[in-house]
Amino acid sequence: MDGWDTALAILVATIRAGTPLVFAAIGELVTEKAGVLNLGIEGMMLIGAVTGFIATVVTGNPYLGILAAILAGMATSLIFGVLTLSLMTNQVATGLALTIFGIGLSAFIGLSYVGTPIDGLDPIAIPLLSSIPVLGPLLFNHDIMIYGSIALFVLVGWFLFKTRAGLILRAVGESHDAAHAIGYSVLKIRYLAVMFGGATSGLAGAYLSLVYTPQWAENMTAGRGWIALALVVFATWRPARVLVGAYLFGFITIIGLHIQAMGADVSSHLLATLPYLATVAVLVIISRDATKIRLNAPASLGRPFHPTA
Amino acid sequence: MSIVSAMKRVAGAVVAGTALAVLAIGGPAAAEGIKVGFVYVSPIGDAGWTFQHNLGREELEATLGDKVETTYVESVPEGGDAERVIRKLAADGHSLIFTTSFGYMNPTIKVGKMFPKVAFEHATGYKRSKNVSTYLARFYEGRYLTGVVAGMVTKSNKIGYVAAFPIPEVVRGINAFTRGLRSVNPAAEVNVVWVSSWYDPGKEREAAETLIAQGADVVTQHTDSTAPVQAAEDRGVYAIGYHSDMSKYGPKAHLTATTHHWGKYYVNKANEVMAGKWKSGDTWGGIAEGMIKLAPFGPAVTDDIKKVVAEKEAAIASGALHPFAGPVKDQSGAVRIKEGEVMSDGDMLGFGWYVEGVIGELPK
Repeated sequence: MDGWDTALAILVATIRAGTPLVFAAIGELVTEKAGVLNLGIEGMMLIGAVTGFIATVVTGNPYLGILAAILAGMATSLIFGVLTLSLMTNQVATGLALTIFGIGLSAFIGLSYVGTPIDGLDPIAIPLLSSIPVLGPLLFNHDIMIYGSIALFVLVGWFLFKTRAGLILRAVGESHDAAHAIGYSVLKIRYLAVMFGGATSGLAGAYLSLVYTPQWAENMTAGRGWIALALVVFATWRPARVLVGAYLFGFITIIGLHIQAMGADVSSHLLATLPYLATVAVLVIISRDATKIRLNAPASLGRPFHPTA
Repeated sequence: MSIVSAMKRVAGAVVAGTALAVLAIGGPAAAEGIKVGFVYVSPIGDAGWTFQHNLGREELEATLGDKVETTYVESVPEGGDAERVIRKLAADGHSLIFTTSFGYMNPTIKVGKMFPKVAFEHATGYKRSKNVSTYLARFYEGRYLTGVVAGMVTKSNKIGYVAAFPIPEVVRGINAFTRGLRSVNPAAEVNVVWVSSWYDPGKEREAAETLIAQGADVVTQHTDSTAPVQAAEDRGVYAIGYHSDMSKYGPKAHLTATTHHWGKYYVNKANEVMAGKWKSGDTWGGIAEGMIKLAPFGPAVTDDIKKVVAEKEAAIASGALHPFAGPVKDQSGAVRIKEGEVMSDGDMLGFGWYVEGVIGELPK
């Protein structure tokens, strides 16, 4: 059954290609829901990728590598937090600077690790479930980070919309003055949200350097941080749509490669553009209600908070 | 401070400045040694285009020792920044400057006009002037030989090719590879996947995985990362690298690689400058000149294969074999180069069609 095998290969590759986007975009969604726009995802991903890689080389344990990537992502986001939240610098400019900083710093600290081979994470087959034909290899035979990305998505959806803490976080993103007046610590909540975004960006980077292409190479994220950023906006700050968008982007990229490999007469330029076009088109269509977009968009996004009284 | 003493100071500074300038100009010309500058487009890394140029620079230092002093600047973006860096190198007394990326063409020509005494060497370009030379490697000769290796190793007769952009340079490589492949295995075919990027490890890996999933048992690449070799290693098939020996990313998978060697050329040019014999020109060197070599063979390459490759390599070096010697057919089977004719350099530089054996349409 050649057709089945190909279809399965496409779907498995889709999940692999979508996972770094899921990590980065879910974290940015939480950050933005708290009213902070962090354009530094790409930089935080790279620092996560290089730190996770170095920790794996040094300790020989990729799980410690993942942990190191999370901590490095958080530390990097903390720089952004101190600058934009405490010192009230411009968030757009600071985020861009964070990306440039991350590209440079990761290249610098990774210099002597370029070309070091490592064993990446092995897939963990879930007993019984993984032997189901088709569904088994598709859903139950992945590495721990892919399971983790799904768990993270469920957790964030539940936290934001079903818990009191999530409600407070969203309130801070809607109107920091009102939240402050009621007595919530806007700065503390925003710091936590920014650091959560840093942690997941670190995870996204670790996924690239430990699983997807187990190696460190300068600038290996190749723009995925920016795609994650765009996904959050086009998905109108809804976690489920972020997930759909990330996998859709992965799916169309992979389908394009398969179409080419089969020798079909389709322009490679068009195929390279298609993931961007299709993802934007689909997300715009499912979120076409302008009123709902305004409801979902955090009203205080990107605005600095000056505590009064 | 009086006006007079202030003027004395100014005069003193001018005299001192002039003396320094004389020293600076006099330095490289009078001493036995010269300063040689290199401009790289990317970080040196441990494999790839810039890595090979840097190996050439190291060979230059090792060969000429004290007679040369080299300087390099890495990760210089093509465009305005490049002009500033090249001008700085020229102003700092480098008498020979290698600019190693296509996008440095106009900046090199421009700075060349400002420093007529400095010799400039620009890689891969086509604009020359009185003191700006161009140089390029006939890497397609190496591609042909790696095609021979692939043709003798493949069992599925399907070869995967991960490529960056459909420009003549890349198309020439695909065609040369396919010619080599089918010279030993007429049933084998090449599937090309364009990733629309010179460097995106994730996408290059997925492209290689896709080709392997569709039955390719050898993959090769015209992109800059080592991800395709890694994908082949993980999937238990074979890979052929590019630019550098990529065997450490796939100890079992790596068959060989087409690699660039600039050291000999750099030594020759430095010697010419020191002897005052350097002249502007255009160099397109290949296997015969030692600019193109194959990386050491992996364990899957048998002695029989090595023998065939060695024979063909010798034939290319002697000029007896040309990868595009007629008859060359295109995909439709039409003869483009007649029997007894050889494709001209000009035609090769403008390659815009696939030879027989490549599957799929060339993107326009």
